[in-house]
Amino acid sequence: MAKKTKPVARKNARGAKHPAKTATPKAAKPKKVTAKAATPTPEATPAPAPPVKKPASTVTAVEMGARQREISVSEFFTKNRHLLGFDNPRKALLTCVKEAVDNALDACEEAGILPEIVVKVEAVANGEAPPPASQATRFRITVSDNGPGIVRQQIPPIFAKLLYGSKFHRLRQSRGQQGIGISAAGMYGQLTTGKPVVIVSRTSPRAPAHYFEVQIDTKKNEPRILEKKQIAWDAPRGTQVALEVEGRYQKGRASVDEYVEQTIIANPHVKLTYNTPEGETKEYRRTFEQLPASPREIKPHPYGIELGMLLKMLHDTSNHTLAGFLSGDFSRVSPNVAEEIGKAAGLSPRARPRDLHGQAAESLYKAIQATKLMAPPTNCLSPIGEQAILAGLYQQIKGDFYTAVSRPPAVYRGNPFIIEAGLAFGRGPEDAAQRTAKAAVPLAEGESDDGDHELARVIRYANRVPLLYQPSACVVTRAVLDTTWRHYGIAQSRGALPGGPMVIFVHMASVWVPFTSESKEAIADYDEIHKEINLALRECGRRLGAFLRRRERAHSEFRRRNIFELYIEEVVESCNRLKGGRLPTAKLKEQLQKMAERITGGDKTDQLVGKNGSGPEGLPHSIIVTPNGVEGELPAAVAEKA
Amino acid sequence: MATKTHKPTAVEKKLIGIADVVIDAAQRRKDPTLAIPVRALSNVTFNERRGLIEMGKRKQARSFFNVAMAKRFMQTVLVADALSELQRANLTTSLREIYYRTKHTIKNSHENTFDAQDESDPLIEDLEVTLEALREELHVRAENRGSVVGPLVLADDGDTVNCARLGKGGYSVPSIVEPEYVQIRRCTADFVLLVEKGTQWNRLSEDKFWRRYNCVLLTGNGQPPRGVRRLARRLHQEYELPVYVLVDNDPWGYYTYSVVKQGSINLAFESQRMAIPKAKFIGLSSADPEAYGLPRNVGIKLNDKDVARAKELLSYTWFAKKPWQEEIKRMLSSGLKYELDALANKDFQYLTKRYLPRKLREQDWLD
Repeated sequence: MAKKTKPVARKNARGAKHPAKTATPKAAKPKKVTAKAATPTPEATPAPAPPVKKPASTVTAVEMGARQREISVSEFFTKNRHLLGFDNPRKALLTCVKEAVDNALDACEEAGILPEIVVKVEAVANGEAPPPASQATRFRITVSDNGPGIVRQQIPPIFAKLLYGSKFHRLRQSRGQQGIGISAAGMYGQLTTGKPVVIVSRTSPRAPAHYFEVQIDTKKNEPRILEKKQIAWDAPRGTQVALEVEGRYQKGRASVDEYVEQTIIANPHVKLTYNTPEGETKEYRRTFEQLPASPREIKPHPYGIELGMLLKMLHDTSNHTLAGFLSGDFSRVSPNVAEEIGKAAGLSPRARPRDLHGQAAESLYKAIQATKLMAPPTNCLSPIGEQAILAGLYQQIKGDFYTAVSRPPAVYRGNPFIIEAGLAFGRGPEDAAQRTAKAAVPLAEGESDDGDHELARVIRYANRVPLLYQPSACVVTRAVLDTTWRHYGIAQSRGALPGGPMVIFVHMASVWVPFTSESKEAIADYDEIHKEINLALRECGRRLGAFLRRRERAHSEFRRRNIFELYIEEVVESCNRLKGGRLPTAKLKEQLQKMAERITGGDKTDQLVGKNGSGPEGLPHSIIVTPNGVEGELPAAVAEKA
Repeated sequence: MATKTHKPTAVEKKLIGIADVVIDAAQRRKDPTLAIPVRALSNVTFNERRGLIEMGKRKQARSFFNVAMAKRFMQTVLVADALSELQRANLTTSLREIYYRTKHTIKNSHENTFDAQDESDPLIEDLEVTLEALREELHVRAENRGSVVGPLVLADDGDTVNCARLGKGGYSVPSIVEPEYVQIRRCTADFVLLVEKGTQWNRLSEDKFWRRYNCVLLTGNGQPPRGVRRLARRLHQEYELPVYVLVDNDPWGYYTYSVVKQGSINLAFESQRMAIPKAKFIGLSSADPEAYGLPRNVGIKLNDKDVARAKELLSYTWFAKKPWQEEIKRMLSSGLKYELDALANKDFQYLTKRYLPRKLREQDWLD
């Protein structure tokens, strides 16, 4: 026995516990003595080995057994914090804000409350006056909401225990999934600043507000309460979380500012106040007065589970028969279908689920996959909706044209999902006016006014949460890249994003969004998802193309007419000079102008040009902005402002 | 504005004709259209009897009420206007000045009449061929590019210029050498040697080659400009001097020679005023490296462009003569081109003391 385990044990020992001794025997030779001295009990090989050269050290299974113990999930994530999005200080700051805001929004929406969130990020220093935001390395993040509050007993585990939450065990669309986020943020704060998470929560105006200071016991993955008391709090209901973390504040791409802005685009029903580290207060008004439909919880769809999962469910079920189990624990399995599955698997519908393992379970699994089932119910999804997307885009992004598309629900691996896409194009009428004003200066040789080659910006969302990192790993970016934007009059070089002043918005709503990693940065590339995104983008593209063509047609007619009129002046003047100034210029000009009108369509063009944008008719769920005004589906709240 | 005493010249009348085209068309409610002869290989023919490239009859229409042509039409009229202004004021000017003179921002717009000189230059050539007027007659001059030394006495603006007494630098050939501007007073030379490269012309001038062999030395520093070609042509015609052309041994050199001899494709209509059908190609021939013992390592490998150009030359009717086909094919098969400067490999004065004397003695040239 000992002999048998020895080589394995040695291998293990090399791999994990004694990095100093991992060198090959040859290389380790000069160090042999010291290495041996370091080992507490030297050599206890039971079998008298032949006198061959011994390796640097050997460890017995017993010794190894003494070192083998459980790794707490908190310990694991302490070492692997990059998996949760805490790779560098800048990203860590964003992740902390994001987790706190996500939780606040989820809580409000589940309780049916229109969210009002206050985010405050401030630079702090230990004892001294805080440095300017761009120099600071330590920040206090405070996020408060008007949500339902948290009952007293649950506060410590929610904020100081990893993998504790309400969202993992059910199939329901929500921002959070695993119950890692906020406690990981707290743990990161504890690790980098030593400060606890401070929570104030109140469930109703009549209940007292509870104040907690908690830390996580990383060994046990259990909360450690440092302070708890009842305090006076002016909010009637809600939760406030404060974290102190090491971080770096820098504006621009993937910054806290960008996160807040993008959150507002996808969540126009949220009222948000953001106090930036630089002391600015940004108020984001609510532009959509409707709370998104509350998503329903569903049972798993049989196509979506794996064999292991099936075994676990067979073991855990409270149903006593196979037929009951199938129809009761899954969605879209009727008693009839359950019987059909049982027959196909060669199992009695009355068989006890707990007795099925091995071969039987596997054939059951195969039978399920082979049976034709209805797609999972889709009422569990809560898309943002075209109106709300338009409202969000219109409020946050300057443009001339907006459109939004919600696809019908689809299914990947048994999980229902909805893809929504939106598009904002152009620079807005003010900017256009500025550009023409600038162009009034005559251009010198070699100068031209078409200098910018900006590329479209893609903003990605999963369950209303903006995804700011790893764009190239994300199915959204890939789908944007392989959409042929040129069909819609948008320039696109090979393998690049489409060009032009454009923001492309893509949202995936699903009970389970397939992220490529725990830090939830990119959506995995499933064919079904890819296809749906493509379809949504194409629809947006078609509408944009129609808009651009219409505008271009009016423009080119105008241009045609214009150039003739401009050039007539020049030609007539030149002819007059050639003729020695004795030409009846007015007459010639009139004759030529008449011809120009005849050629370019006269009054018809005037009309076209006068109307210019020609309205969003025929383009559903779109907004068109022209210097003369805004046309299209504008939510009331936004319209007031405009 | 025209003064009362000013009498329009023939050229000016032609330019005013452009305005008439517009006025007439407008009266008849027709699209004003100019018919411009096509300046391309497809519209030239080689007249073997006269030894000239002649322009064909094909014309392109340039009309005003056509979005693609409107601007060019307007520009053409503008250039015609500027050219007639020159006529009235009796001034000459450069292509670049015409560009600046006609450039302005169109009223009520941000658009310039011209954005770069390469828009106005072809329009001047268009007008030259349309009106059948020479550039000199339009009072447009090119840069003074080209020099001459030799036993030649010219009169220019009332000054007498003795080209035998101008040191190494010689006389800078003006771009307009029509008899109204430059008169040839006396010429005692036996022949004209037109050298493609300025450097080799300098060599010959410094060595006083012209004195020893009694010739006029001309150069155009590359493709010879109109002034140089016209001067050579006048010496050839008025003094019956043979003209020899000395160029690099590459396709571009061959073409330079052919422009001197038969005229260019672009300005084929001027051939009869410029071309010297009896000009001889004295070198550098692709046979010379062997005949004069030039080592292979002073050659330069023909690149893809060279090869393509050489093949084009083979297809031109004026290179159809057997010796020329052989000449070009020999270069292609050797895969090398040689610069005139490569002769310095043997001796700095090899060109003056050995190469040209032997060529002239052996009458080793191509026609």
